[in-house]
Amino acid sequence: MASTFYTEDHEWVRVDGNEAVVGITNHAQEQLGDLVFVELPEAGRKVARGEAMIVVESVKAASDVYAPVDGEILAVNDALEGSPGLVNEAAEGDGWLVRMKLDDATQLETLLDEAAYAALVG
Amino acid sequence: MAKQLPLNAMHVAAGARFGAFAGYDMPITYPLGVMKEHLHTRAEAGLFDISHMSHIEITGPESPDLVSRACPYHAAQQQQGTGRYTYMLNQQGGMIDDLIVSRLGPERFLVVANGACADKDLAHLVALAGHFNVKVQHIPRVFLALQGPKSAMVLSRLISASGGLTFMEVMELDDGTFLSRSGYTGEDGFEIGLSPEKAEDIAKALLQDPHVEWIGLGARDSLRIEAGLPLYGQDMDEKTDPILAGLLWAIPKELRVGGVYIGAAALAEIAARSVSHKHVGLKPDGKAPVRGGALLFAGEKPDAPQIGTVTSGGFGPSCGHPVAMGQVIQSAALAGNQIYADVRGRRLACTIHKLPFVPRNYYRGD
Repeated sequence: MASTFYTEDHEWVRVDGNEAVVGITNHAQEQLGDLVFVELPEAGRKVARGEAMIVVESVKAASDVYAPVDGEILAVNDALEGSPGLVNEAAEGDGWLVRMKLDDATQLETLLDEAAYAALVG
Repeated sequence: MAKQLPLNAMHVAAGARFGAFAGYDMPITYPLGVMKEHLHTRAEAGLFDISHMSHIEITGPESPDLVSRACPYHAAQQQQGTGRYTYMLNQQGGMIDDLIVSRLGPERFLVVANGACADKDLAHLVALAGHFNVKVQHIPRVFLALQGPKSAMVLSRLISASGGLTFMEVMELDDGTFLSRSGYTGEDGFEIGLSPEKAEDIAKALLQDPHVEWIGLGARDSLRIEAGLPLYGQDMDEKTDPILAGLLWAIPKELRVGGVYIGAAALAEIAARSVSHKHVGLKPDGKAPVRGGALLFAGEKPDAPQIGTVTSGGFGPSCGHPVAMGQVIQSAALAGNQIYADVRGRRLACTIHKLPFVPRNYYRGD
């Protein structure tokens, strides 16, 4: 069964087994505004929790997206190359960013659940 | 703590998101978002609150002399009812600020200065005023810009005389409102200086028109970059001379080799040397924006020499691609030439591009 976690940096992590799909939250895309470019990592890259792994660029600024946990990038959302606006349209759906393999599923315990994230962004 | 604009409550009610700029809490975007705000301005009419900008009036019999000392042009010859793009230089020829100076009367000039430079500009002019028979004073105003192809139609319903102005002409209304056909988007439009008491009514009346939307500083920046217009503090500063900034056109030819204005000697000396760098437009070949501060290189390889710096950049919604401006060495500054910007350790190809990126649609009369 898949379950979704959130980070204080406004990423969501949808976990299924030892894999997870990662994106930015709807709240984050609202704050960023219209995205015009998403710089995605290469599949196969190892990332450490807290490491900047993706850059999302709006008209006015570039922002880092951090690895929520340690792991390896398995796949990236290629559709974002032509349509970065997908993140604005469906941040927590078709606008996902990467799929990654988890090194240590116990790290998930330190992330926020939906209620805690909702409380964070008020 | 950041100051609030006189119309702050209106921006809050309109759902603005704020950011600090020039000491003010400024509306950065409204619910429309930067992209749509930008495109709306090019297609319809956008309303900007630019009250962070400072209005300084110079009055008195020697006001043309003071202006000609502070700014490199013949203020005595400036026609009444016109505005002029100019700047103030320091003794080294560096730019203190860029300005629009309007002549309101034989002995009256209005300086519109950048918000971030307001205090130092006023201090500079007040210090100069000691040498002339003039009075220099700051005029508290709400300053609105209405920009875009529908601006003239919209404003004429409120202020019928506005239609008589052409680009860079100015007028004062009986109630003291200052009106200028100018802006910072490349579009036709107006800048309107209002007494704080009257401003809310005017803003509300403008917003009642279905063509008008509030536009924030985010879109103001992408609009001005597409239009190839420089931003003080980003494209130039006190260490940048107007030649390097690509702004020498604003000085009459005969004053480029000397004059009574501050910085004249330094500028003549700079002009006599061969120019090292040139201000250019840059079109990144890919989709990644290249922003101010990025370094420019002659080649893709790590050992390629650095040949310049990006001063402003972002995404151009009307162009549909990233747009940037910067300073590059003279020998590389040819339109069509390919150079490389370093963005997060990668070398991104950019083509030197003629400015502006979009045609300027100023109204110069029928």
